[in-house]
Amino acid sequence: MTRPHLFSTDAHKYRSFLAKGMHSPSFVIGGIITLFFIAMALTSFVWTPHDALSVNIAERLKPISASHWLGTDHYGHDLFSMIMLGARNSIAVALVAVGIGAGLGVPLGSWAAAKGGWLDEAIMRMGDFIFAFPAIISAIMITALAGPGAINAIVAIGIFNIPVFARLARGAALSLWTREFILAARLSGKGSVRITIEHILPNIANLLIVQGTIQFSLGILAEAGLSYVGLGTQPPMPSWGKMLAEAQTWLMMAPQLAIIPGMAIILTVLGLNLLGDGLRDMLDPKVRSSLDIGGSKAS
Amino acid sequence: MIIYSLRRFASLCVTLAAASLFIFSVMEILPGDPAQLILGINAQTDTLAALREQLGLNLPLVTRYWHWIVGMLQGDFGVSYTYSVPVTELIGERLTISLPLALMALALSTLIALPLGILAASTHGRWPDVSLIGATQIGIAIPNFWFAMLLVLVFAVTLHWFPSGGFPGWSEGAGPALKALLLPAIALALPQASILVRIMRSSMLEVLHEDYMRTARAKGLNLRQTLARHGLRNALIPVITIMGLQFSFLLAGTVIIENVFSLPGLGRLVFQAINQRDLITVKAIIMLLVATVIFVNFLVDITYALIDPRLHRRQMS
Repeated sequence: MTRPHLFSTDAHKYRSFLAKGMHSPSFVIGGIITLFFIAMALTSFVWTPHDALSVNIAERLKPISASHWLGTDHYGHDLFSMIMLGARNSIAVALVAVGIGAGLGVPLGSWAAAKGGWLDEAIMRMGDFIFAFPAIISAIMITALAGPGAINAIVAIGIFNIPVFARLARGAALSLWTREFILAARLSGKGSVRITIEHILPNIANLLIVQGTIQFSLGILAEAGLSYVGLGTQPPMPSWGKMLAEAQTWLMMAPQLAIIPGMAIILTVLGLNLLGDGLRDMLDPKVRSSLDIGGSKAS
Repeated sequence: MIIYSLRRFASLCVTLAAASLFIFSVMEILPGDPAQLILGINAQTDTLAALREQLGLNLPLVTRYWHWIVGMLQGDFGVSYTYSVPVTELIGERLTISLPLALMALALSTLIALPLGILAASTHGRWPDVSLIGATQIGIAIPNFWFAMLLVLVFAVTLHWFPSGGFPGWSEGAGPALKALLLPAIALALPQASILVRIMRSSMLEVLHEDYMRTARAKGLNLRQTLARHGLRNALIPVITIMGLQFSFLLAGTVIIENVFSLPGLGRLVFQAINQRDLITVKAIIMLLVATVIFVNFLVDITYALIDPRLHRRQMS
């Protein structure tokens, strides 16, 4: 396996990787959409066009205007400001859930691949077991005991992500453990933890990044679903799923209240999926070699 | 094949036992006193004691777990605290809505996805393939409950073709009941079908380039015959695995979609039970959903081995 360009210390290779990315429509479109929503979420910490949490009945159900870029809801909340705050919530929940999944799953999967035997079997069976608990079921269990909240959503989605990353890390690491450069590292006296950190993880990082974008988009969908049924983010904090739940009552009178948060979810998920597709194409050795050919022809 | 099936069955039993132990521990040990959780912090001491007695909380943990397991195996999930009727009865009633809904969604997604996946693969790189890939990319990104709301807006509120929610009951005849379930089933099926089209397409593309397909064509079979006799069977292997995995997402989706359409299924029941702190009902529904996911995965493995005999031979060796 050649070392991925992304993690090469050579700055030139890093720049050429990005330059190749510019030729991938999926990477470019997905990247722009994702960056737009991340920027929106970050901006919401310092600025929103209106106070998204204040009720203003006089301004209720206003159409799109220069003052309210996406109109207002039935409480007079500015929809654009709520979408900005919702982006913050959705992205934060999905990001932490991916962090939990990768943070626990990757070490477990790498450990299973390094040690093999009963430990490998035990970790993988544990993964199968967790797969039997979809996020909504875990969230129902947690809510029944601890009440609803954004933390439930994070934990429920995060737990389901653990075996996803563990399987991926294990599968990719297993094939590397038979390679000559790992054997050389072992002969030089390095232990399995050091080999995993210095050689295995950098080589499987590309796969993990691609999976990370996929799980991130699934996390956003799951968070929206959980908030929609009241198991996720709680009032007064807006979330896209909760906005949809409230919009349902106004579906006949003000369908835009449902359409706008729905479009925000779709665009974010679409952006992340396209970004993941683009990254996979760029990092997959088979596709990458064809990109190399394309790149050299273009130059 | 029989030994492989028995081995998988043993693994199924172990996973089910582990899941039941986990659910029991989380729902009965972690909260501290389930009676307190059900009645709230202001409950009277004698009311608490009576409920503890009724729930069997004075018994040792192992005995309680044993009673729960034996009861479930006999179809007895206990008595609902809020409805004062056996949970089995409650679940049975609600399953007549949730199960047909999940099955309708699965059937719809399969019926949509397989032909479209084959179409995309057989027109690889041309406009039907490219437009289908684009459409599935959007289909995957659409939250099913949002799509459900749009379906209600268009087909129920605007066109009045379908009811916007509720369930007339099977006693009114299969027609109105199926009509009430059709929009929710379409909403559930769309994202699953989008994923399945992509899996079917890539699986079919791989199979089309296999040597045995070329040999079959060389022997004089046309493309349709080659696909029917050799291609589909092999291309279906990854598709069945994904369908098995999707079933758990379908079940989860059912829980959410039932809320959009106010369908009195398992999903509505579990949320009502959470609000009323009816832990016995919540625990039973969670166990049922988890057991279904585990059992479907078992069925997928067996089907997988039936389609591809190499798999169980490899595992046996």
